[in-house]
Formats: sequence, C-alpha cells, structure tokens
Amino acid sequence: MPMSEPILAISGLDAHYGDFQALFGVSLTVEPGEVLAIIGANGAGKSTLMRSICGLIRNAPGAIRFRGEAIGGLRADQVAARGIALVPEGRLLFASLSVEENLIIGGQMGRPGPWSLARIYELFPILRERRRVPATELSGGQQQMVAIGRALMANPGLLLLDEISLGLAPVVIKAIYEALPGIVGGGMAAVIVEQDIARALSVSARVYCLQEGHVALAGNSGDVTREAIAAAYFGM
Amino acid sequence: MDWINAIVQGTLLGGLYALFAAGLSLIFGVMRLVNIAHGDLIVLAAYLGLTLSTALGIHPLLALGLVVPIMALLGYALQRGILNHTLGDDILPPLLVTFGLSVILQNGLLEIYSADPQKLQAGAIETASLRLGELALGYLPLLMFAASVAIIAALQWMFYHTALGRAFRATSDRQDVAQLMGLNRAHVFGLAMALALAVTAVAGVFLGIRTSFDPSIGGGRLIFGFEAVIIGGLGNIWGTLAGGVILGIGQSLGAQINPGWQVLAGHLVFLAIIAIRPRGLFPRMDG
Repeated sequence: MPMSEPILAISGLDAHYGDFQALFGVSLTVEPGEVLAIIGANGAGKSTLMRSICGLIRNAPGAIRFRGEAIGGLRADQVAARGIALVPEGRLLFASLSVEENLIIGGQMGRPGPWSLARIYELFPILRERRRVPATELSGGQQQMVAIGRALMANPGLLLLDEISLGLAPVVIKAIYEALPGIVGGGMAAVIVEQDIARALSVSARVYCLQEGHVALAGNSGDVTREAIAAAYFGM
Repeated sequence: MDWINAIVQGTLLGGLYALFAAGLSLIFGVMRLVNIAHGDLIVLAAYLGLTLSTALGIHPLLALGLVVPIMALLGYALQRGILNHTLGDDILPPLLVTFGLSVILQNGLLEIYSADPQKLQAGAIETASLRLGELALGYLPLLMFAASVAIIAALQWMFYHTALGRAFRATSDRQDVAQLMGLNRAHVFGLAMALALAVTAVAGVFLGIRTSFDPSIGGGRLIFGFEAVIIGGLGNIWGTLAGGVILGIGQSLGAQINPGWQVLAGHLVFLAIIAIRPRGLFPRMDG
C-alpha cells in the first residue's frame, strides 16, 4: 500500500536568487496534515525554498507539485489562490492598513474553510482590541500574530512559517508556539523554518536540514540524533 | 471686489487642476509611476469628447458617458500592454516610455486634428451665471468645481473604505506580499490606471469646455497637475484638491496684477511652498 498522496512534492529543485544558485536538486515531500521543520545555517537556502514554494521565485513547473498539480512556474497570486499561505520572515505587514484590514486582505480570495475574522480574534484576543490601529504600530509579538492571522485568513491547505520567532522576546515566542497546535490541527499541513533547533524538532513530525542548498539530512524529528544534526548543519 | 473675485475664480479653476492632479497622484501612489504622458492623455480625452459630441450631436457633458469608459479601458490596456513591463527597481524605463508615449500622442493628435485650436461647445450654460452681490459665478465653473470635489471625495472613500482601495494600498506598501494575498499585481495596476484615466477623461472634457485646446498643450497641463500634487503633499487625495485650489488662486491673483503673469504667478507660488515645506502641505506618504 503506498502512503497517501503528499500534499506538497518537491523534486530536483534548482532555485536561483538573482544570479546566485541557492538550491541544488532539493527534493522533499509534505504529507497532508503534517508539520515539517526545515533547519539549516544562515544562507543554507531555507528562505529561497520558502519563496520558491509560494511563487515569489519562479521555477521549473514540475519541480514543485501541490496536490498533484505542477505549480513551480506559477505567479505568487496563482499559488496563493490554490491554498498555500506564507508567514514571511520579518512579518512584512501592510503599513497603510489597520490590523483588521491586514487580516481581511489575507482572506480576500474568499477560500472557504474554518478560519474567519472572528476565529482569528478568538485565537489572538489582543488583536480584536487593537483592530483599528495601523498594523505596524503594534509590538513585534502582536505583529507576528497579525502576520499569522493574515495567512490563516486564506484558509490554506499548506501554511509556510518562515522564522516566526526572529526578533521576538522568549516569552512572546513561547506564547506563539503554544498557539501553534490549535492552528495546524484540522487537516492543514505546515512547513516551519526555525533557527531554534530544539523548538523546531518539538513541534514537527519530520525534519529536513539544508546545507549550502542541498538536503543534508532528512528524518523523523523524534529520531534524529544531535550528532547527525550537527554534521548536517555544519557539514562536518 | 476685484481681488475677491480673483480668489473665487481661482478657487473654481483649482477644481480642474485638482482633477489633473488626482489621476497623477493615484498612479504614483499605487505603483510609483510618474506618468509624463498624463497631460497628453488629458488632451486626448478632450479630443475624444469633441469627436463624440460632434459625431453624435450630443452635449459634451453627455459625451462624458462615453469618454469616461473609453479612457478607462484605454488605461487598463495601456497598463497591461506596455507600462507594466517597464516597472521594476529602476525608475528610468517608465519615465522614458511615458515620455515617448507623450510624443506619440501629441503627433498622433496633430496628424488627425491638425494644430488648429478647438473648443467643446457647451451651449447656453457657458454664459449663464449666478449673481452674488457684485460677484458673478458662472454656472459651468461652479458645476465643474462641484464635480471635482465630488470625484475627489469618491476617490478618497474608495481608497479607504472598499476592497479595491485596500488592494491599492496593500500593493503600494509591498508589491510582493500583496501577491501572496492572491492579488495579481499586473491586474491591480491596470485597475489603478483605468481609474486614473477615468478621472482624466472628466478633466479633459472640462478643460475642453473651459478653454480652447490644441495638441501641444498637454505639457502645461502635466506641470499644473504635478504642482498641485506636490503642493498638496504626495499620497494625500484631499491634498490634491488643496494643491489645485492654491495653484488656481495663485494664477488668478497673478493675472489680476498683470494678465501676462497668470502662469508665472502659479509657478512662483509652487516654488515658495516647496521652499518652505519641501514635502508639501499635507504629506502622507513616506519615501
């Protein structure tokens, strides 16, 4: 019996960042409902991989398949319409839009699903209180909540979380990660890029480690050893 | 009394300048495109009004019902077909392309309509006026001013209270992240240009009713539009109305002193404001 069809299948992905080749033949799969962690040193190609999946970097069409469809050559808005949402590194909220408008625009494609404005406010009650405020006037942690809420409003089948703890206080990171199980339950798959390896392993079922644009390690998050990760991380 | 009259007439003229400015401001705000052909597009709209009103035998203001959608469609096609390909990190290509477009429009109009000045005939309403004591306010300038204020109010409302306005602001903030929200940048830009040229259509027909025009006057209208945008402050829609009115009053006061000083006085007011407030009176946009 084959396993269920992966929701995301990347095979032999060569991605370029400007003139620079950042990914070399990367292959990976994400199963439905699974949380996958991607770790690696700075410059290993993690962000390029995320940007490739969501269409901000265009690639060979067949290199990235979502629910069986070749999406590697699509524009970002076409990829988004198919149900992939990114929480970008650095949050990148719309400064001219209020908190609520940032959330609404995340749902502007009208994809059906469990997430609505009311449910985002239930998850992050502070956002309801501050919904009229320009989004970039919030604290870093609250901005991250808006960025996550904005992505959820699209009711994605696959949620990409790029360095969501970057620049936040430990107590805020803890609060955001505590909200995560409530987010990724219910059939949504997620790919998490995270610097904090212990945290990445604790929230994910499987882990891939990138090193200089190659997959250096792939395994179950519960099984990989510290030594294997160190070797994959630093290439030693 | 003459001075008060000059201020009132200048204010009414300023409504037209605000319309010149609103289209420029909208496209610069949404896509950081400086449209050098804007003045020539205003003139094109005036000629379209002329052709349609004479061919169909209708009042030029009625012809707006056709000129506005035609210009809007033209704007969308122009943006999707040409201008989108020029937008990127470098600000030079859109400047060069719209400059080229300006030359093409001027020469195309010259070829079709010749250099003879033309005017849109609005009939009896052109000379009818409302008497307020010693002031005589033409119905037509009053109507145009009211329409300008209404259009700018509608633009402001659209920008801050509709899904389209939200898409414009989001795309203006961060184009790549807006794409992640499922907004097709090329389409959003096309809609912005369509809306800008719809406003331009009204401006062109009003211009043609107010004064005579020929294919060469686009450049001057572009400058007035720019000045109104800058005086009002980049990115502020109500500011363009304030900028237009200040420019209009400056010009009519200059003309009151000496009829030859009208345009010069407007430029001097612009320079004075830029010297004191380099970001305009009501700036809203950063960078």
